[in-house]
Amino acid sequence: MTSVALIDYGAGNLVSIGQALELLGADVRLCRRPDELAGVDALVVPGVGASGPAMTRLRRQGLDRAIADAVAGGAWYLGICLGLQLLFERSEEDGARMLGLMPGKVALIPDAPKLPHIGWNGLEPAGEHPLLSGIASGTPAYFVHSYVAVPEDEACVVAETVHGGRFASAVARDRVLGVQFHPERSGADGLRILANALALIDGRAASATASPAFAAVP
Amino acid sequence: MLLRRVIPCLDVANGRVVKGTRFVDLVDEGDPPELAARYAAAGADELVFLDITAAPQGRATLLDVVERTARRVFIPLTVGGGVRSASDMKSVLRAGADKVAVNTAAVQDPALIRRCARRFGRQCVVVSIDARAVPGDGGWEVVVRGGRDSTGLGAVAWARTALELGAGELLITSIDRDGTRQGFDLALLRAVTSAVDVPVIASGGAGSPEDMAAAIVEGGADAVLAASIFHRDLHSIAAVKAALAAAGVPVRLTAAA
Repeated sequence: MTSVALIDYGAGNLVSIGQALELLGADVRLCRRPDELAGVDALVVPGVGASGPAMTRLRRQGLDRAIADAVAGGAWYLGICLGLQLLFERSEEDGARMLGLMPGKVALIPDAPKLPHIGWNGLEPAGEHPLLSGIASGTPAYFVHSYVAVPEDEACVVAETVHGGRFASAVARDRVLGVQFHPERSGADGLRILANALALIDGRAASATASPAFAAVP
Repeated sequence: MLLRRVIPCLDVANGRVVKGTRFVDLVDEGDPPELAARYAAAGADELVFLDITAAPQGRATLLDVVERTARRVFIPLTVGGGVRSASDMKSVLRAGADKVAVNTAAVQDPALIRRCARRFGRQCVVVSIDARAVPGDGGWEVVVRGGRDSTGLGAVAWARTALELGAGELLITSIDRDGTRQGFDLALLRAVTSAVDVPVIASGGAGSPEDMAAAIVEGGADAVLAASIFHRDLHSIAAVKAALAAAGVPVRLTAAA
């Protein structure tokens, strides 16, 4: 069973993501301290709000270094919403320095007609990354944010979404994955993406994850 | 392209979903988690859970009911009613809400909006405004405590203030139309949506799929909320979405819908 450390640094809703991962068969542990990350297969970093306060809380709990160490030691990272943004180096929102696991910055969605960007919007998979296996172009996912990652290395962008301007809605490089939308709140397609992530973490091919768990979920 | 949302609303009184007319004469409509699961399966894009007796009774949100509801669905859940502080907001988020709506407490203490937005980001702070037309005036007044108390605040002015303080979304309810199924107050919606640049959820008066289309096309709303037409199976979510699509409104079509 895939062991997942769900990083709890006081940010928002952990019920939904924990519930979704458990439904898909993961062994989910809520982790607040660095020592709790030892030996897990993957870290799932959720989060809402601004980068600065989130990084302050991670540092206060010693989790910023523990996360970097765990990833360097072979654990997977799945960032959701703010958890994706924290992967990058710095934020234009409040000047925060972040985890820096991927080169690039975080900035407002360019040319957005309205902010925050709240609601269902289409994913446009770029390339054939297994994280988005089975996800057709235009599949809606649920977003609730104003800022987005601007990766320096465009090769890590595995899906894009348009809200005025175009932005990276999913990124992946080696064992580091990030999604700007909320897969745990994006119905059956969102659960499929989470199942794909768990399959990657497990070293299984995504096509082998014929998990019926999400087939009945609308 | 950002899709327009169809949002069933669960008005919860003492742990049960209820629906009244103009916020009174409440009728029992069922169990919140059961209804939530039913609407998610029927293609709802989001759910709004309003603990409507929390503010009048001076108590906190029913967190156990919120959590049981959150666990039944894989679509977003917005929760309001009884949130008076940033720490109340934290409790509601930790119970499984994705966004939190503030209403009465924000009118009494507008800085609450700023504190919540600073701590959790404006994208999860919804300011819910209950508005009543002022006879002969052409404007709307904010009412609070579930429509029981007048405030003298202009609804459009309060919407602008809420935005400046950090509201990321507005839930605009016409209490003249609430539960009447006579259609949304389109003039109210237009007045608000032309004054602000955040998403607006239209509420109060949904009677038909055509009303929902009008709220979006004419009222400028980003999402439409309804309670009684869904609770009583007068119209399905699928029928509403079909009408929206026919009116040229982009919507999410699911297998179930």
